Amino acid sequence: MSKLIVTVVGPATSVQDGGRYGAQRYGLTPSGAADRLALAAANCLVGNAPFAAAIEVGPLGATFTAREGKVRVALAGAARNAEVAGRPAAFNESCTLNDGESLTLGFVRGGTFSYLAIEGGVKGEPMFGSLSVNARAGLGSPYPRPLQAGDVLDVDDAKAAIERKIDLPAMTDRPIRVVMGPQDDEFGDAKNLFLGSEWKISATSDRMGYRLEGPVIKHLHGHNIVSDGTVNGSIQVPGNGQPIVLMPDRGTSGGYPKIATVISADLGRFAQIPAGVGFRFEAVSMAQAQSEARAMAELLGTLSHRVHEARNSDLNEALQSANLAGSAVNAFDSGTWQIWSLPQP
Amino acid sequence: MTTPLPPPRLLPSGDAAITVEFSRSIDEQANRRVLALDRALAETPIDGVTETVPTYRSLLVHYDPVQIGFDALGEQLLPLAQLPVPLAANTRRWRVPVAYGGEHGIDLEDVAKTLNTTPDDIVARHVAGDYRVAMIGFTPGWSYLSGLDSSLQMPRRQNPRLLTPSGTVSIGGVQTGIQCLAGPSGWHLLGQTAVRTYQLHRDPIFLLEPGDAITFYAVDSKLFTEQDRAAERGEFVAELVAS
Repeated sequence: MSKLIVTVVGPATSVQDGGRYGAQRYGLTPSGAADRLALAAANCLVGNAPFAAAIEVGPLGATFTAREGKVRVALAGAARNAEVAGRPAAFNESCTLNDGESLTLGFVRGGTFSYLAIEGGVKGEPMFGSLSVNARAGLGSPYPRPLQAGDVLDVDDAKAAIERKIDLPAMTDRPIRVVMGPQDDEFGDAKNLFLGSEWKISATSDRMGYRLEGPVIKHLHGHNIVSDGTVNGSIQVPGNGQPIVLMPDRGTSGGYPKIATVISADLGRFAQIPAGVGFRFEAVSMAQAQSEARAMAELLGTLSHRVHEARNSDLNEALQSANLAGSAVNAFDSGTWQIWSLPQP
Repeated sequence: MTTPLPPPRLLPSGDAAITVEFSRSIDEQANRRVLALDRALAETPIDGVTETVPTYRSLLVHYDPVQIGFDALGEQLLPLAQLPVPLAANTRRWRVPVAYGGEHGIDLEDVAKTLNTTPDDIVARHVAGDYRVAMIGFTPGWSYLSGLDSSLQMPRRQNPRLLTPSGTVSIGGVQTGIQCLAGPSGWHLLGQTAVRTYQLHRDPIFLLEPGDAITFYAVDSKLFTEQDRAAERGEFVAELVAS
Protein backbone atom coordinates (compact mmCIF):
# COMPACT_ATOMS: atom_id res chain seq x y z
CA MET A 1 0.00 0.00 0.00
CA SER A 2 1.35 3.41 -1.00
CA LYS A 3 0.32 6.80 0.30
CA LEU A 4 -0.47 10.06 -1.41
CA ILE A 5 0.26 13.00 0.87
CA VAL A 6 -1.53 16.32 0.42
CA THR A 7 1.50 18.59 0.74
CA VAL A 8 0.04 21.93 -0.39
CA VAL A 9 -3.63 22.66 -1.04
CA GLY A 10 -6.00 25.64 -1.34
CA PRO A 11 -9.69 25.76 -0.43
CA ALA A 12 -12.34 24.01 -2.57
CA THR A 13 -10.34 20.83 -3.14
CA SER A 14 -12.17 17.71 -2.04
CA VAL A 15 -12.75 14.02 -2.72
CA GLN A 16 -15.72 13.65 -5.11
CA ASP A 17 -17.24 10.77 -7.05
CA GLY A 18 -20.45 10.29 -9.02
CA GLY A 19 -22.52 11.55 -6.09
CA ARG A 20 -24.80 10.36 -3.32
CA TYR A 21 -28.28 9.75 -4.67
CA GLY A 22 -31.42 8.37 -3.05
CA ALA A 23 -31.77 10.53 0.09
CA GLN A 24 -32.78 13.89 -1.36
CA ARG A 25 -36.22 13.25 0.17
CA TYR A 26 -34.52 13.62 3.58
CA GLY A 27 -32.75 16.83 2.66
CA LEU A 28 -29.45 15.15 1.77
CA THR A 29 -27.91 16.82 -1.26
CA PRO A 30 -26.17 14.58 -3.83
CA SER A 31 -22.75 16.30 -3.93
CA GLY A 32 -20.41 14.62 -6.45
CA ALA A 33 -18.05 15.95 -9.11
CA ALA A 34 -19.07 19.25 -10.73
CA ASP A 35 -17.71 18.04 -14.12
CA ARG A 36 -18.64 14.38 -14.49
CA LEU A 37 -17.03 13.96 -17.91
CA ALA A 38 -13.66 15.17 -16.62
CA LEU A 39 -13.97 12.87 -13.57
CA ALA A 40 -14.76 9.91 -15.83
CA ALA A 41 -11.90 10.73 -18.23
CA ALA A 42 -9.35 10.88 -15.41
CA ASN A 43 -10.63 7.62 -13.92
CA CYS A 44 -10.58 5.86 -17.30
CA LEU A 45 -6.87 6.63 -17.72
CA VAL A 46 -5.94 4.71 -14.57
CA GLY A 47 -8.39 1.85 -15.12
CA ASN A 48 -10.98 2.92 -12.54
CA ALA A 49 -14.77 2.87 -12.92
CA PRO A 50 -15.86 6.17 -14.49
CA PHE A 51 -17.45 7.62 -11.37
CA ALA A 52 -14.96 6.31 -8.80
CA ALA A 53 -13.81 8.84 -6.21
CA ALA A 54 -11.02 11.20 -7.26
CA ILE A 55 -9.66 14.51 -6.06
CA GLU A 56 -11.55 17.53 -7.39
CA VAL A 57 -8.90 20.28 -7.37
CA GLY A 58 -10.21 23.84 -6.99
CA PRO A 59 -8.75 26.89 -8.75
CA LEU A 60 -5.66 27.35 -6.55
CA GLY A 61 -2.44 25.35 -6.80
CA ALA A 62 -1.79 22.08 -4.98
CA THR A 63 1.01 19.57 -4.43
CA PHE A 64 0.65 15.82 -3.83
CA THR A 65 3.55 13.58 -2.82
CA ALA A 66 3.93 9.79 -3.17
CA ARG A 67 5.24 7.89 -0.12
CA GLU A 68 6.03 4.25 0.57
CA GLY A 69 5.73 3.26 -3.09
CA LYS A 70 4.86 4.35 -6.61
CA VAL A 71 1.49 5.95 -7.32
CA ARG A 72 -0.14 6.18 -10.75
CA VAL A 73 -2.38 9.20 -11.30
CA ALA A 74 -4.12 11.00 -14.17
CA LEU A 75 -5.28 14.58 -14.63
CA ALA A 76 -8.30 15.84 -16.56
CA GLY A 77 -10.58 18.87 -16.47
CA ALA A 78 -9.51 22.50 -16.22
CA ALA A 79 -5.97 23.01 -17.50
CA ARG A 80 -3.14 24.27 -15.32
CA ASN A 81 0.61 23.87 -15.09
CA ALA A 82 1.49 20.39 -13.88
CA GLU A 83 4.92 18.95 -13.10
CA VAL A 84 6.17 15.72 -11.61
CA ALA A 85 9.58 16.20 -10.01
CA GLY A 86 10.26 19.07 -12.43
CA ARG A 87 9.10 17.18 -15.57
CA PRO A 88 5.95 18.52 -17.26
CA ALA A 89 2.92 16.26 -16.73
CA ALA A 90 0.24 16.23 -19.40
CA PHE A 91 -3.50 16.45 -18.85
CA ASN A 92 -5.64 13.60 -20.24
CA GLU A 93 -2.68 11.30 -19.74
CA SER A 94 -1.61 9.05 -16.86
CA CYS A 95 1.74 9.39 -15.15
CA THR A 96 3.53 7.70 -12.29
CA LEU A 97 4.95 9.31 -9.16
CA ASN A 98 7.94 7.43 -7.79
CA ASP A 99 8.32 7.15 -4.04
CA GLY A 100 9.08 10.64 -2.75
CA GLU A 101 8.17 12.46 -5.95
CA SER A 102 5.64 15.28 -5.98
CA LEU A 103 2.99 16.34 -8.48
CA THR A 104 2.85 20.12 -8.43
CA LEU A 105 -0.23 21.86 -9.86
CA GLY A 106 -0.36 25.56 -10.62
CA PHE A 107 -3.26 28.00 -10.60
CA VAL A 108 -6.09 26.93 -12.89
CA ARG A 109 -6.27 28.55 -16.31
CA GLY A 110 -9.45 28.69 -18.37
CA GLY A 111 -11.57 26.56 -16.07
CA THR A 112 -12.43 25.91 -12.44
CA PHE A 113 -11.96 22.26 -11.44
CA SER A 114 -9.29 19.72 -12.40
CA TYR A 115 -9.65 16.04 -11.49
CA LEU A 116 -6.80 13.93 -10.15
CA ALA A 117 -7.67 10.24 -10.39
CA ILE A 118 -5.56 7.65 -8.58
CA GLU A 119 -5.10 4.10 -9.85
CA GLY A 120 -7.28 1.89 -7.63
CA GLY A 121 -9.31 4.89 -6.50
CA VAL A 122 -9.51 6.73 -3.18
CA LYS A 123 -9.84 4.35 -0.22
CA GLY A 124 -12.62 5.17 2.21
CA GLU A 125 -15.92 4.14 3.73
CA PRO A 126 -18.88 5.03 1.53
CA MET A 127 -21.98 6.56 3.10
CA PHE A 128 -25.12 6.19 0.98
CA GLY A 129 -22.84 4.63 -1.63
CA SER A 130 -20.51 7.59 -1.99
CA LEU A 131 -17.22 8.99 -0.70
CA SER A 132 -18.08 12.53 -1.85
CA VAL A 133 -17.45 15.27 0.66
CA ASN A 134 -20.51 17.05 2.06
CA ALA A 135 -18.98 18.95 4.97
CA ARG A 136 -22.27 20.37 6.23
CA ALA A 137 -23.73 16.88 6.67
CA GLY A 138 -20.48 15.48 8.07
CA LEU A 139 -20.14 13.11 5.10
CA GLY A 140 -17.17 12.19 2.96
CA SER A 141 -14.30 9.77 3.31
CA PRO A 142 -11.48 9.48 4.21
CA TYR A 143 -12.05 13.07 5.43
CA PRO A 144 -15.58 14.54 5.85
CA ARG A 145 -14.32 17.98 4.76
CA PRO A 146 -12.24 19.56 1.98
CA LEU A 147 -8.63 18.36 1.88
CA GLN A 148 -6.01 20.09 4.03
CA ALA A 149 -2.23 20.10 3.93
CA GLY A 150 -0.93 17.03 5.78
CA ASP A 151 -3.84 14.76 4.86
CA VAL A 152 -2.80 11.23 3.92
CA LEU A 153 -4.66 9.09 1.37
CA ASP A 154 -4.07 5.32 1.32
CA VAL A 155 -3.70 4.26 -2.31
CA ASP A 156 -2.73 1.20 -4.34
CA ASP A 157 0.87 0.65 -5.45
CA ALA A 158 1.19 1.55 -9.13
CA LYS A 159 0.92 -1.53 -11.31
CA ALA A 160 3.57 -2.12 -13.98
CA ALA A 161 1.69 -0.60 -16.87
CA ILE A 162 2.27 1.61 -19.86
CA GLU A 163 1.03 5.17 -19.44
CA ARG A 164 -2.18 5.95 -21.32
CA LYS A 165 -3.79 8.98 -22.87
CA ILE A 166 -7.36 9.76 -23.85
CA ASP A 167 -8.63 11.73 -26.83
CA LEU A 168 -11.70 13.71 -25.84
CA PRO A 169 -14.06 15.53 -28.19
CA ALA A 170 -13.10 19.15 -28.71
CA MET A 171 -14.75 21.51 -26.25
CA THR A 172 -17.35 23.83 -27.70
CA ASP A 173 -17.82 27.48 -26.81
CA ARG A 174 -21.53 27.51 -27.67
CA PRO A 175 -24.01 29.00 -25.17
CA ILE A 176 -25.06 27.01 -22.10
CA ARG A 177 -28.30 25.31 -23.04
CA VAL A 178 -31.35 25.40 -20.76
CA VAL A 179 -34.87 24.01 -20.64
CA MET A 180 -37.25 26.75 -19.50
CA GLY A 181 -39.14 26.19 -16.24
CA PRO A 182 -40.35 24.90 -13.86
CA GLN A 183 -41.49 28.42 -12.82
CA ASP A 184 -40.83 30.43 -16.00
CA ASP A 185 -44.46 31.62 -15.79
CA GLU A 186 -43.38 33.73 -12.79
CA PHE A 187 -41.49 35.92 -15.27
CA GLY A 188 -42.73 38.00 -18.22
CA ASP A 189 -40.42 39.89 -20.58
CA ALA A 190 -37.64 39.11 -18.12
CA LYS A 191 -37.38 35.71 -19.83
CA ASN A 192 -36.16 37.44 -23.00
CA LEU A 193 -33.74 39.53 -20.97
CA PHE A 194 -32.43 36.34 -19.33
CA LEU A 195 -31.89 34.62 -22.70
CA GLY A 196 -30.67 37.71 -24.55
CA SER A 197 -28.04 38.95 -22.09
CA GLU A 198 -24.43 38.19 -21.33
CA TRP A 199 -23.80 36.77 -17.85
CA LYS A 200 -20.76 36.40 -15.65
CA ILE A 201 -20.20 34.06 -12.71
CA SER A 202 -19.54 35.95 -9.47
CA ALA A 203 -16.37 35.29 -7.50
CA THR A 204 -18.60 34.51 -4.47
CA SER A 205 -19.77 31.28 -6.10
CA ASP A 206 -19.15 27.83 -4.64
CA ARG A 207 -20.25 24.21 -4.97
CA MET A 208 -23.69 25.08 -3.53
CA GLY A 209 -24.45 27.65 -6.21
CA TYR A 210 -22.92 29.85 -8.88
CA ARG A 211 -24.17 33.43 -8.53
CA LEU A 212 -24.65 35.24 -11.81
CA GLU A 213 -23.97 38.91 -12.52
CA GLY A 214 -25.93 40.66 -15.25
CA PRO A 215 -29.18 42.55 -15.75
CA VAL A 216 -31.83 42.43 -13.01
CA ILE A 217 -34.41 39.72 -13.74
CA LYS A 218 -37.75 40.94 -12.38
CA HIS A 219 -40.50 38.64 -11.11
CA LEU A 220 -44.14 39.16 -12.06
CA HIS A 221 -45.54 38.25 -8.63
CA GLY A 222 -42.71 38.64 -6.12
CA HIS A 223 -39.82 36.37 -5.29
CA ASN A 224 -41.38 34.02 -2.74
CA ILE A 225 -42.88 30.73 -3.81
CA VAL A 226 -43.75 27.77 -1.62
CA SER A 227 -40.56 25.69 -1.43
CA ASP A 228 -40.25 22.89 -3.92
CA GLY A 229 -37.55 20.49 -5.04
CA THR A 230 -34.36 21.49 -6.85
CA VAL A 231 -32.00 19.75 -9.27
CA ASN A 232 -28.39 20.32 -10.34
CA GLY A 233 -28.63 23.23 -12.76
CA SER A 234 -31.84 24.80 -11.37
CA ILE A 235 -31.61 28.54 -12.06
CA GLN A 236 -33.41 30.28 -9.20
CA VAL A 237 -34.00 34.02 -9.08
CA PRO A 238 -33.99 35.58 -5.58
CA GLY A 239 -35.34 39.01 -4.67
CA ASN A 240 -32.35 40.95 -6.02
CA GLY A 241 -32.98 39.58 -9.53
CA GLN A 242 -29.49 38.07 -9.85
CA PRO A 243 -29.92 34.37 -10.72
CA ILE A 244 -28.18 31.56 -8.85
CA VAL A 245 -27.44 28.29 -10.65
CA LEU A 246 -27.65 25.42 -8.16
CA MET A 247 -24.61 23.14 -8.06
CA PRO A 248 -24.07 19.64 -6.57
CA ASP A 249 -23.96 20.84 -2.92
CA ARG A 250 -27.29 22.74 -3.32
CA GLY A 251 -30.15 22.70 -0.83
CA THR A 252 -32.60 19.97 -1.88
CA SER A 253 -35.50 22.43 -1.82
CA GLY A 254 -35.77 26.15 -2.37
CA GLY A 255 -38.32 28.93 -2.15
CA TYR A 256 -37.31 31.14 -5.08
CA PRO A 257 -38.88 30.84 -8.56
CA LYS A 258 -36.75 28.85 -11.00
CA ILE A 259 -36.75 30.44 -14.44
CA ALA A 260 -34.92 27.63 -16.25
CA THR A 261 -32.68 24.58 -15.77
CA VAL A 262 -29.26 23.91 -17.33
CA ILE A 263 -29.50 20.73 -19.44
CA SER A 264 -27.67 17.79 -17.89
CA ALA A 265 -25.26 17.46 -20.83
CA ASP A 266 -24.01 21.04 -20.25
CA LEU A 267 -23.66 20.93 -16.43
CA GLY A 268 -19.96 20.08 -16.51
CA ARG A 269 -19.18 22.67 -19.15
CA PHE A 270 -21.09 25.27 -17.12
CA ALA A 271 -19.27 24.32 -13.89
CA GLN A 272 -15.94 25.02 -15.64
CA ILE A 273 -16.74 28.60 -16.72
CA PRO A 274 -14.32 30.79 -14.76
CA ALA A 275 -15.59 33.65 -12.61
CA GLY A 276 -15.75 36.93 -14.52
CA VAL A 277 -15.89 35.43 -18.04
CA GLY A 278 -18.95 36.35 -20.11
CA PHE A 279 -21.30 33.65 -21.44
CA ARG A 280 -24.89 33.29 -22.65
CA PHE A 281 -27.81 30.91 -22.20
CA GLU A 282 -29.83 29.36 -25.03
CA ALA A 283 -33.27 27.76 -24.60
CA VAL A 284 -33.70 24.33 -26.21
CA SER A 285 -36.66 21.97 -26.44
CA MET A 286 -37.13 19.04 -24.08
CA ALA A 287 -36.62 16.69 -27.05
CA GLN A 288 -33.25 18.26 -27.83
CA ALA A 289 -32.17 18.32 -24.17
CA GLN A 290 -32.98 14.62 -23.77
CA SER A 291 -31.23 13.78 -27.03
CA GLU A 292 -28.12 15.57 -25.70
CA ALA A 293 -28.46 13.65 -22.40
CA ARG A 294 -28.46 10.35 -24.33
CA ALA A 295 -25.46 11.45 -26.38
CA MET A 296 -23.57 12.35 -23.18
CA ALA A 297 -24.46 8.96 -21.65
CA GLU A 298 -23.14 7.29 -24.84
CA LEU A 299 -19.88 9.28 -24.61
CA LEU A 300 -19.45 8.42 -20.92
CA GLY A 301 -20.16 4.75 -21.65
CA THR A 302 -17.57 4.54 -24.43
CA LEU A 303 -14.73 6.61 -22.95
CA SER A 304 -12.55 3.51 -22.64
CA HIS A 305 -12.56 3.23 -26.47
CA ARG A 306 -10.80 6.58 -26.59
CA VAL A 307 -7.91 5.49 -24.38
CA HIS A 308 -4.65 4.39 -25.99
CA GLU A 309 -0.99 4.01 -25.09
CA ALA A 310 0.90 7.22 -24.60
CA ARG A 311 4.10 7.23 -26.72
CA ASN A 312 7.16 9.06 -25.45
CA SER A 313 7.28 11.13 -28.62
CA ASP A 314 3.83 12.61 -27.94
CA LEU A 315 5.28 15.29 -25.75
CA ASN A 316 7.65 16.48 -28.47
CA GLU A 317 4.92 16.37 -31.09
CA ALA A 318 2.67 18.46 -28.94
CA LEU A 319 5.39 21.01 -28.36
CA GLN A 320 6.26 21.14 -32.06
CA SER A 321 2.69 21.54 -33.24
CA ALA A 322 2.13 24.26 -30.68
CA ASN A 323 5.25 26.06 -31.94
CA LEU A 324 4.17 25.67 -35.56
CA ALA A 325 0.89 27.28 -34.67
CA GLY A 326 2.86 30.30 -33.59
CA SER A 327 2.06 30.08 -29.88
CA ALA A 328 4.66 31.09 -27.39
CA VAL A 329 5.38 27.85 -25.61
CA ASN A 330 7.47 27.37 -22.57
CA ALA A 331 8.68 23.79 -22.49
CA PHE A 332 7.87 23.63 -18.79
CA ASP A 333 4.49 25.27 -19.18
CA SER A 334 2.33 22.23 -19.73
CA GLY A 335 -0.85 24.26 -19.46
CA THR A 336 -0.24 26.05 -22.75
CA TRP A 337 -0.74 23.05 -24.96
CA GLN A 338 -3.35 21.02 -23.16
CA ILE A 339 -6.09 19.43 -25.23
CA TRP A 340 -8.53 20.33 -22.49
CA SER A 341 -8.03 24.06 -22.37
CA LEU A 342 -11.56 25.30 -21.85
CA PRO A 343 -12.48 27.85 -24.48
CA GLN A 344 -13.83 31.00 -22.96
CA PRO A 345 -17.40 31.31 -24.21
CA MET B 1 -66.99 4.65 -9.10
CA THR B 2 -65.07 7.75 -8.08
CA THR B 3 -64.28 10.54 -10.48
CA PRO B 4 -60.58 11.24 -11.01
CA LEU B 5 -59.19 14.25 -9.14
CA PRO B 6 -58.16 17.26 -11.23
CA PRO B 7 -54.82 16.67 -12.99
CA PRO B 8 -51.64 18.20 -11.54
CA ARG B 9 -49.38 20.39 -13.67
CA LEU B 10 -46.33 18.57 -15.06
CA LEU B 11 -43.46 21.08 -15.05
CA PRO B 12 -40.05 20.34 -16.57
CA SER B 13 -37.16 20.62 -14.10
CA GLY B 14 -34.48 20.18 -16.74
CA ASP B 15 -34.20 16.99 -18.79
CA ALA B 16 -33.95 14.57 -15.86
CA ALA B 17 -36.75 15.57 -13.45
CA ILE B 18 -40.45 16.46 -13.54
CA THR B 19 -42.15 18.64 -10.94
CA VAL B 20 -45.67 17.24 -10.42
CA GLU B 21 -47.41 20.33 -9.03
CA PHE B 22 -50.74 19.92 -7.22
CA SER B 23 -51.04 23.45 -5.89
CA ARG B 24 -49.15 26.74 -5.84
CA SER B 25 -49.88 27.39 -2.18
CA ILE B 26 -49.46 25.49 1.07
CA ASP B 27 -52.51 23.31 1.09
CA GLU B 28 -53.21 20.27 3.28
CA GLN B 29 -55.15 18.45 0.55
CA ALA B 30 -52.41 19.06 -2.03
CA ASN B 31 -49.80 17.72 0.40
CA ARG B 32 -51.89 14.56 0.90
CA ARG B 33 -51.93 14.07 -2.87
CA VAL B 34 -48.16 14.60 -3.02
CA LEU B 35 -47.58 11.93 -0.38
CA ALA B 36 -50.13 9.58 -1.98
CA LEU B 37 -48.34 9.80 -5.36
CA ASP B 38 -45.01 9.29 -3.60
CA ARG B 39 -46.37 6.10 -1.97
CA ALA B 40 -47.89 4.92 -5.23
CA LEU B 41 -44.52 5.25 -6.97
CA ALA B 42 -42.81 3.36 -4.14
CA GLU B 43 -45.35 0.52 -4.41
CA THR B 44 -45.47 0.33 -8.21
CA PRO B 45 -42.20 1.76 -9.50
CA ILE B 46 -41.95 3.19 -13.03
CA ASP B 47 -38.85 2.07 -14.93
CA GLY B 48 -36.39 4.92 -15.19
CA VAL B 49 -37.59 6.82 -12.10
CA THR B 50 -34.57 7.13 -9.83
CA GLU B 51 -35.71 9.16 -6.84
CA THR B 52 -38.69 11.19 -5.58
CA VAL B 53 -38.69 14.29 -3.37
CA PRO B 54 -42.02 15.24 -1.75
CA THR B 55 -42.59 18.90 -0.88
CA TYR B 56 -45.65 20.80 0.41
CA ARG B 57 -47.36 21.08 -2.91
CA SER B 58 -45.42 19.09 -5.48
CA LEU B 59 -43.54 15.86 -6.00
CA LEU B 60 -40.18 16.15 -7.75
CA VAL B 61 -39.65 12.97 -9.77
CA HIS B 62 -36.03 12.40 -10.81
CA TYR B 63 -35.56 10.07 -13.78
CA ASP B 64 -32.97 8.83 -16.23
CA PRO B 65 -33.71 10.33 -19.67
CA VAL B 66 -31.79 7.45 -21.28
CA GLN B 67 -34.47 5.07 -19.98
CA ILE B 68 -37.64 7.13 -20.33
CA GLY B 69 -38.59 10.43 -21.97
CA PHE B 70 -40.53 13.37 -20.52
CA ASP B 71 -43.76 12.64 -22.43
CA ALA B 72 -43.78 8.91 -21.72
CA LEU B 73 -43.15 9.47 -18.01
CA GLY B 74 -45.82 12.18 -17.85
CA GLU B 75 -48.36 9.81 -19.39
CA GLN B 76 -47.63 7.23 -16.69
CA LEU B 77 -47.64 9.76 -13.84
CA LEU B 78 -50.93 11.50 -14.68
CA PRO B 79 -53.34 8.63 -13.96
CA LEU B 80 -51.46 7.76 -10.74
CA ALA B 81 -51.64 11.39 -9.64
CA GLN B 82 -55.42 11.47 -10.12
CA LEU B 83 -56.29 8.38 -8.07
CA PRO B 84 -58.40 9.04 -4.98
CA VAL B 85 -56.18 9.75 -1.99
CA PRO B 86 -56.31 6.76 0.36
CA LEU B 87 -56.88 7.44 4.04
CA ALA B 88 -53.45 7.32 5.63
CA ALA B 89 -54.04 4.16 7.66
CA ASN B 90 -50.50 3.53 8.82
CA THR B 91 -49.47 7.00 9.88
CA ARG B 92 -46.69 6.81 12.41
CA ARG B 93 -47.02 9.20 15.33
CA TRP B 94 -44.02 10.54 17.24
CA ARG B 95 -43.97 12.38 20.60
CA VAL B 96 -41.12 14.85 20.47
CA PRO B 97 -39.76 16.58 23.62
CA VAL B 98 -38.98 20.30 23.42
CA ALA B 99 -37.18 22.56 25.92
CA TYR B 100 -38.97 25.86 25.32
CA GLY B 101 -37.57 29.35 25.87
CA GLY B 102 -34.40 30.58 27.55
CA GLU B 103 -31.17 29.58 25.83
CA HIS B 104 -33.08 26.84 23.96
CA GLY B 105 -35.58 29.20 22.30
CA ILE B 106 -34.33 32.77 22.32
CA ASP B 107 -37.33 34.19 20.44
CA LEU B 108 -40.07 32.82 22.74
CA GLU B 109 -40.41 36.06 24.77
CA ASP B 110 -40.47 38.24 21.64
CA VAL B 111 -43.05 36.02 19.96
CA ALA B 112 -45.25 36.29 23.07
CA LYS B 113 -44.91 40.09 23.07
CA THR B 114 -45.71 40.33 19.37
CA LEU B 115 -48.82 38.19 19.84
CA ASN B 116 -49.82 40.05 23.06
CA THR B 117 -49.68 37.04 25.32
CA THR B 118 -47.35 35.17 27.69
CA PRO B 119 -44.57 32.71 26.84
CA ASP B 120 -46.47 29.97 28.72
CA ASP B 121 -49.49 30.56 26.50
CA ILE B 122 -47.35 30.29 23.34
CA VAL B 123 -45.93 26.99 24.61
CA ALA B 124 -49.43 25.73 25.48
CA ARG B 125 -50.67 26.51 21.97
CA HIS B 126 -47.60 24.97 20.33
CA VAL B 127 -47.79 21.67 22.26
CA ALA B 128 -51.54 21.46 21.62
CA GLY B 129 -50.93 21.14 17.88
CA ASP B 130 -51.40 17.98 15.84
CA TYR B 131 -48.68 18.19 13.18
CA ARG B 132 -47.62 16.23 10.12
CA VAL B 133 -44.25 16.10 8.39
CA ALA B 134 -45.14 17.84 5.12
CA MET B 135 -41.63 17.70 3.70
CA ILE B 136 -37.97 17.32 4.62
CA GLY B 137 -35.53 19.54 2.81
CA PHE B 138 -32.96 22.30 2.67
CA THR B 139 -30.44 20.50 4.89
CA PRO B 140 -30.41 16.89 6.15
CA GLY B 141 -33.35 16.16 8.43
CA TRP B 142 -34.89 19.69 8.35
CA SER B 143 -38.53 18.68 8.85
CA TYR B 144 -41.24 21.12 7.81
CA LEU B 145 -44.51 20.49 9.70
CA SER B 146 -48.02 21.46 8.70
CA GLY B 147 -50.80 22.02 11.23
CA LEU B 148 -49.60 25.16 13.05
CA ASP B 149 -52.35 26.94 15.06
CA SER B 150 -53.36 29.96 12.98
CA SER B 151 -52.93 32.18 16.07
CA LEU B 152 -49.19 31.38 16.00
CA GLN B 153 -48.66 32.34 12.37
CA MET B 154 -46.37 35.31 11.88
CA PRO B 155 -44.02 36.50 9.14
CA ARG B 156 -40.42 35.34 9.08
CA ARG B 157 -37.73 37.57 10.56
CA GLN B 158 -36.63 40.55 8.46
CA ASN B 159 -33.01 39.54 9.00
CA PRO B 160 -32.46 35.80 8.90
CA ARG B 161 -29.88 34.50 11.39
CA LEU B 162 -26.77 33.00 9.85
CA LEU B 163 -26.45 30.40 12.59
CA THR B 164 -29.18 28.78 14.67
CA PRO B 165 -28.56 25.80 17.00
CA SER B 166 -28.96 22.14 16.13
CA GLY B 167 -32.30 20.69 17.25
CA THR B 168 -34.07 24.05 17.04
CA VAL B 169 -37.89 23.97 16.97
CA SER B 170 -39.19 27.14 15.34
CA ILE B 171 -42.14 28.80 13.63
CA GLY B 172 -42.25 30.77 10.37
CA GLY B 173 -45.33 31.78 8.40
CA VAL B 174 -47.89 28.97 8.50
CA GLN B 175 -45.25 26.40 9.34
CA THR B 176 -43.40 24.98 12.29
CA GLY B 177 -40.29 22.88 11.96
CA ILE B 178 -37.56 20.80 13.51
CA GLN B 179 -34.08 21.44 12.21
CA CYS B 180 -31.33 18.95 12.86
CA LEU B 181 -28.06 20.65 11.99
CA ALA B 182 -26.96 24.11 13.08
CA GLY B 183 -27.41 26.53 10.21
CA PRO B 184 -29.06 29.67 8.89
CA SER B 185 -32.76 30.33 9.53
CA GLY B 186 -35.21 33.21 9.28
CA TRP B 187 -37.76 31.56 11.57
CA HIS B 188 -38.60 32.39 15.21
CA LEU B 189 -36.84 30.04 17.62
CA LEU B 190 -39.24 28.67 20.27
CA GLY B 191 -37.22 25.81 21.70
CA GLN B 192 -34.85 22.93 21.17
CA THR B 193 -35.28 19.17 21.01
CA ALA B 194 -32.66 16.54 21.76
CA VAL B 195 -34.14 14.38 18.99
CA ARG B 196 -31.76 13.97 16.05
CA THR B 197 -33.80 13.73 12.87
CA TYR B 198 -30.49 12.92 11.13
CA GLN B 199 -27.74 10.94 12.80
CA LEU B 200 -24.99 8.96 11.15
CA HIS B 201 -24.24 5.44 12.45
CA ARG B 202 -27.80 5.07 13.77
CA ASP B 203 -30.43 2.85 12.18
CA PRO B 204 -32.29 4.59 10.67
CA ILE B 205 -30.06 7.54 9.85
CA PHE B 206 -33.16 9.63 9.10
CA LEU B 207 -35.77 9.27 11.86
CA LEU B 208 -38.79 10.96 10.29
CA GLU B 209 -40.58 10.29 7.01
CA PRO B 210 -42.79 12.70 5.10
CA GLY B 211 -46.36 12.00 6.27
CA ASP B 212 -45.43 11.10 9.87
CA ALA B 213 -47.62 12.67 12.59
CA ILE B 214 -45.91 14.70 15.33
CA THR B 215 -46.95 15.99 18.76
CA PHE B 216 -44.65 18.00 21.01
CA TYR B 217 -44.38 17.96 24.82
CA ALA B 218 -42.45 20.39 27.00
CA VAL B 219 -39.39 19.31 29.01
CA ASP B 220 -37.16 21.36 31.31
CA SER B 221 -33.53 22.16 30.66
CA LYS B 222 -32.31 19.35 32.95
CA LEU B 223 -34.30 16.68 31.13
CA PHE B 224 -33.18 18.14 27.80
CA THR B 225 -29.56 17.63 28.83
CA GLU B 226 -30.22 14.00 29.80
CA GLN B 227 -32.11 13.35 26.59
CA ASP B 228 -29.33 15.00 24.60
CA ARG B 229 -26.81 12.53 26.04
CA ALA B 230 -29.13 9.63 25.23
CA ALA B 231 -29.57 10.91 21.67
CA GLU B 232 -25.80 11.26 21.35
CA ARG B 233 -25.56 7.52 22.13
CA GLY B 234 -27.96 6.78 19.28
CA GLU B 235 -31.29 6.60 21.11
CA PHE B 236 -34.31 8.01 19.27
CA VAL B 237 -35.55 10.01 22.34
CA ALA B 238 -38.73 10.66 20.35
CA GLU B 239 -41.38 8.10 21.32
CA LEU B 240 -43.25 6.20 18.67
CA VAL B 241 -46.90 5.93 19.80
CA ALA B 242 -49.63 3.83 18.23
CA SER B 243 -51.61 5.69 15.60
